[in-house]
Amino acid sequence: MSLTLLLVQGLNGLQLGILLFLIAAGLTLVFGVMDFINLAHGVQYMLGAYLAAYFAAQTGSFWWALALALPAALLVGLVLEVLVFRHLYDRDHLAQVLATFGVILILNDGVKWLFGAAPLQVPMPADLTGGIPIMDGLLYPHYRLAIIGGGLATAGLLWWLVERTRIGMLIRAGATNAPMVAALGIDIRRLFMVVFGFGAMLAGFAGVMAAPILSVEPGMGDNLLILAFVVIVIGGIGSVRGAFLAALLVGLVETLGRSLMPDLLRLLLDASQARQVGAALASMLVYIAMAAILAFRPAGLFPVRAG
Amino acid sequence: MSIQIGRRQALGLATGLAAGSLAIPGLARAQAAPVKIGLVAVQTGPAATLGTHLRDGFLLGMKHLDSKLGGRATEVLPIDDELRPDVAVTKVRAALERDKVDFVVGVVFSNILAAIMRPVTDTQTFLISTNAGPSPFAGRGCNPYFFATSYVNDQNHAVMGKAAQDAGYKRVMLLVPNYQAGRDSVAGFKSEFKGEVVEEMFTPLTQMDFSAELARIAAANPDALFTFMPGGLGVNLVRQYRQAGLQRIPFLSAFTVDESVLPAQGAAAVGFQTGTSWTPTLPGEQNARFVRDFEAQFNYVPASYAAHAYDAAMLLDSALRRTGGSLADKGALRTALKAADFRSVRGNFAFGANHFPVQDFWLAKVAQRPDGKFQTEHVRKVYENVTDPFAAQCRMPAG
Repeated sequence: MSLTLLLVQGLNGLQLGILLFLIAAGLTLVFGVMDFINLAHGVQYMLGAYLAAYFAAQTGSFWWALALALPAALLVGLVLEVLVFRHLYDRDHLAQVLATFGVILILNDGVKWLFGAAPLQVPMPADLTGGIPIMDGLLYPHYRLAIIGGGLATAGLLWWLVERTRIGMLIRAGATNAPMVAALGIDIRRLFMVVFGFGAMLAGFAGVMAAPILSVEPGMGDNLLILAFVVIVIGGIGSVRGAFLAALLVGLVETLGRSLMPDLLRLLLDASQARQVGAALASMLVYIAMAAILAFRPAGLFPVRAG
Repeated sequence: MSIQIGRRQALGLATGLAAGSLAIPGLARAQAAPVKIGLVAVQTGPAATLGTHLRDGFLLGMKHLDSKLGGRATEVLPIDDELRPDVAVTKVRAALERDKVDFVVGVVFSNILAAIMRPVTDTQTFLISTNAGPSPFAGRGCNPYFFATSYVNDQNHAVMGKAAQDAGYKRVMLLVPNYQAGRDSVAGFKSEFKGEVVEEMFTPLTQMDFSAELARIAAANPDALFTFMPGGLGVNLVRQYRQAGLQRIPFLSAFTVDESVLPAQGAAAVGFQTGTSWTPTLPGEQNARFVRDFEAQFNYVPASYAAHAYDAAMLLDSALRRTGGSLADKGALRTALKAADFRSVRGNFAFGANHFPVQDFWLAKVAQRPDGKFQTEHVRKVYENVTDPFAAQCRMPAG
């Protein structure tokens, strides 16, 4: 494997990591601040993609679709919060898991009912359709660079919001000790609603950004949700900074593992075995990494809650 | 008290009347009752599109036949297998025992077909697969009550192996999902392709982003890529392949670019190649009428799932015509089915000894039609009147 190819795979890993971060950031805030397990977070990512597909078809422009899908995703998040999730905050985790799993089933079938089961496509924004030649015969699409840029900008914005604003201070305080924040006279319910709506919008944003490169279909968020949980557990639940680093780590491990593993194993096994075992091992690698990190830091890389 | 007795008597009278009135048409049932078809088509989950193609193809066939098979009124009972074998078995058993269906038709996925095979054929009911064609049922497990109007699953992959061989490609790279059908695909391709397989890449079924694999393809720079990525996987791969500027490397595929996913792949798939038994462009009045009426009624371009199901309706009609509408003599019905005395939308069509089609296979290319929609268009015939490689292993038992 040449150095160029390795660098290209690094870039691919970075981009996957950024996408994961956008999903995981909302999840870690909701889990960390509200101690609420929201399995339906992946569905909110899917809804973002579907909203983008719908608005892109209506307006014919990706940018309009982005501009309209974000408030719509926020609105859907708030409606879900008021209708379902609000009633679960005081319940135990099992009740939350069951109820949010139900939301997954309902919304997956809901989009199928509304848009049909066939995958939809969102056209790339016209000004980002090309790519830059990154190695012999391979273009790196401008749009993927835009995802990296957009993700980094979002990460910066989140950092500023959480570390430098009053609402961010409340969020951090809520993540550390929510009852104490409530006792100090902060309307914790409203804070929860803001956090939840914001998390839903971040997931929706990830969905919109992913829509032009991935097919928009029912259940598209379910697989990413598992990786997103891995990210927030590695990063430390409730920590945006941890989620960012963990997302990049998971993205790189996943991508490099997939592309290097079969080659590495070929040194030990014969070609066909190396392919089979390599493919199997590569898909486990992320979980092995998670287990290894948790063995040394049981609360994740950047633990928030003080015991 | 007297009122109660009166009620009971009245009830008894009513029951007697009802039984009597039912008994009379019951005698004439054999001729007057409609033929019942259980149509198994998945309507749940992401694969529902394929089930919809299948269902609509069969329903169009019934419409063209005026809802009659061999002149007898026919009723179609749709069954959603939910892509879960246990559910499929329960629902199909209910259709057999409660609704007394005369035929079970359809089935997109092989695991569903494998689950309902015994429950259906054990009751001496004919099962017509319009898509799933696992090789065991074409070989040692061939069954006198089972027919397929589609193909053996491996055939489309072998077609592309032959097409790659014919095109003179020397170095080909393979990319498939890491599960049984993916490994079968590789085996099918390699059974006909004799050149060098540079690399076989197996990806998890849940993988949606292929950027790492695309980089490896660019680095290896093969003469062609062969891939099998059904459904949403194919949508992702095709669009990302185009976005990465790799289209100079010919894209050969099976079950990856077809009319069920082309609406989502769009222009990204144009020029990409596939191996198939049918395309909307195949010549013949039968096919032209099928495609024209299908689009007029359902407003989308049919895929082979629809075409094979349409053929199944025509097959059943031809068989009942031969038996004079009678379903009683299973042996006669089997002979009538085996004759395949109908005009297939595919042109050449006959049944081999294992009840699988002997037919042509085509290399096809994706193109955009003048009306803006996308379809596969046949390029050249790869096989003519070919029997599947498993037929030789079939010792068809007498019904």
